[in-house]
Amino acid sequence: MPSSISDALNTLCGGLILISAFAMVAVRQVQGVTRFFVAQSVLLATSCFLLAYSQHSMDLFALGLITIGAKVVTIPWVLRRLLPSEFYERREINQVINIPTSLLLSLLLAIFAEFLVSPMVNAAHDPVIALNLPIGLACLLIGAHSLMARREAIPQLIGILAMENGTFFAGIAIAPQLPIIAELAIAVDVALIAVVVGLLTRNIQETLGTTEAASLDELKEEVAE
Amino acid sequence: MTLIAILAIPLLGALLCWFRPLRKHASSVTMLCSWAVFAVVLDVAARVIAHGKVVGIPGWFEADGLSALVLLLVSFVCALACVFARGYMRHEHDDGRLWWFYANYNLFAFAMLAVPCLAGPNLTWVAVELVTLFGALLVGFDNTASSLEAAWKFAVLTIMGAPIALFGFFALFWAYHSATGGARETWDGLRLMAGSMDPAVLRFSFLLVFVGFGAKSGLAPMHTWLPDAHSQAPTPVCAVLSGVKTTVPLYVILRFLGVVLASPTARVGNWMIVLGLVSVGIAAFLLVQVRDYKRMFAFSTVEHMGIILTAAGMASQAADFGAVSQILNHAITKSLCFYVAGVILLILSTREIGSVRGLLRISPFAGSALLFCSLAIAGAPPFPIFLSELSILSAGVEGGHKVVVAILATLIVIAFVAILSHVNRMLLGKPETPVLAYALPASCRFTVWAAAVPVLVLGVYIPAPVHSLLQLAAHQLGGR
Repeated sequence: MPSSISDALNTLCGGLILISAFAMVAVRQVQGVTRFFVAQSVLLATSCFLLAYSQHSMDLFALGLITIGAKVVTIPWVLRRLLPSEFYERREINQVINIPTSLLLSLLLAIFAEFLVSPMVNAAHDPVIALNLPIGLACLLIGAHSLMARREAIPQLIGILAMENGTFFAGIAIAPQLPIIAELAIAVDVALIAVVVGLLTRNIQETLGTTEAASLDELKEEVAE
Repeated sequence: MTLIAILAIPLLGALLCWFRPLRKHASSVTMLCSWAVFAVVLDVAARVIAHGKVVGIPGWFEADGLSALVLLLVSFVCALACVFARGYMRHEHDDGRLWWFYANYNLFAFAMLAVPCLAGPNLTWVAVELVTLFGALLVGFDNTASSLEAAWKFAVLTIMGAPIALFGFFALFWAYHSATGGARETWDGLRLMAGSMDPAVLRFSFLLVFVGFGAKSGLAPMHTWLPDAHSQAPTPVCAVLSGVKTTVPLYVILRFLGVVLASPTARVGNWMIVLGLVSVGIAAFLLVQVRDYKRMFAFSTVEHMGIILTAAGMASQAADFGAVSQILNHAITKSLCFYVAGVILLILSTREIGSVRGLLRISPFAGSALLFCSLAIAGAPPFPIFLSELSILSAGVEGGHKVVVAILATLIVIAFVAILSHVNRMLLGKPETPVLAYALPASCRFTVWAAAVPVLVLGVYIPAPVHSLLQLAAHQLGGR
């Protein structure tokens, strides 16, 4: 496979990853958010494999495998295992910002990301960096935005993991030589986070009877009378 | 070897707490381990003062002045907090789950001690994540609705910082790798190579790490988890969270700042000053209207993080010395504040400022301790925070940051008045309801006394080893 084809495929992955970031902002169902997250993770792993092939890097290949193991298999399984099925049918009726506005903001964030990194990209002269860095940063910012706009616990958690996908998509381009030990530690970390937060959500569900984070509003500063 | 021992002892402690026959003695095991760590850290600090640096495994575990300072604070606060926990947790909880608390506590201490020991930025990131993880489990330990809410907010807001900071570390690696062509990445190596790294990438990566870890150390506007976590967690955990857990991510930011300032072209000081002032400002006004005394001390943590950041942003040697002294003074004073808050909570079982009246009559011990610690944390003379704030302000005037100094001084005064007026209300007057005499656990009483000693001493006299450690640490911040 010549490198131009693998670059083209990587570009395709990048585009689809950005689209899935937007899709995660657009859907209402918890299940939909999870599905798009899994799709995004598969695309990220594909991009890892493509780069591993073109740069002959075992580290990137391992990172792709770890991504599939952690984000495509383990985390969705943990969430499904730990949470009752009614979660997956839940719809978010009230969000902090409505979906069209949210999408518009995400678009602005994507443009801002491109604007922010363009001087660095121009200095680097590398087509992979030119693609991955702005898309990765855009996914990071969109994920942070969806975290703020969502009120359900599970979409918030997946928002964090989607931010991490964005980080890795940029990371495999700008730091492909990252020592394997960091990758392993990061992957273990992701799994740990999922377990802890999954446990916490279940406990919250048992104690409060809801995972709507908006109902977690007991602790705040009251306005002085 | 000693650096490895610092990390191995808490891990061993966690394992022993989990070991079934020892579960009943988890508290004693944890105390033993924490004090052993403190003793080892004292040795490391002495060697750092003598030689400037202690190397465990070259390129992996190294400690210099700034690391030694953070190690000293973390091990000191952790050691005292677990003495406090002995009396406090027995009162609040049944014994069945306590071993789990202590096992977690050891792991939490392990992660915090690992951050300053590690020589490379990537593993530092992993260690900071572990701090967050074990911290969230400790905050939610009470398993009540409000403690789970606090743990959830803590987890979401601080884990959100993780991918942002990771992005920054990837970018740092990119800059370093393009400059050196593949040397092992250590903080020292980064400082040496800072001049030849692309300043745009360096600035970009610092911004990301700053935002990501700033959320973890409670800088505004990402501070909202902090008062919740610090008011709902079991009190010994609050002391550790507020005293040193916020310092640990700040340590990484300051290390990174040293790298950026070593580059002749990358400028980041103004960002830090602006965000620092915003934190101090938001905290000062929230302090005015706060209604829960544990939250009051939590907001004061946001204030002090902001002050440290502003001082570091001024990037002069004098301001750097003020910043590291402020780190030291804040950690010892704030942990004392939370021990006192825990004592008051044990006596009165209320967190509301409004329902505490005449504390001096109810319990002269708790009342005078509250007076002492709130004067110390608000920054009244002759307490150490007064000295370090004064040195920051005068360094600012010297460095030509007159407007910054004026704003900072005003906000510090607002915070001072706010804290003391709340405390005044709690201390004086007649108790509204008769309170039953409560026998305070001896360990809690001991902790308050022991924690008050350094606060008292450092206000009037800074011992020569502490002074040289602070100078070594300030040097790492890279101000000129």
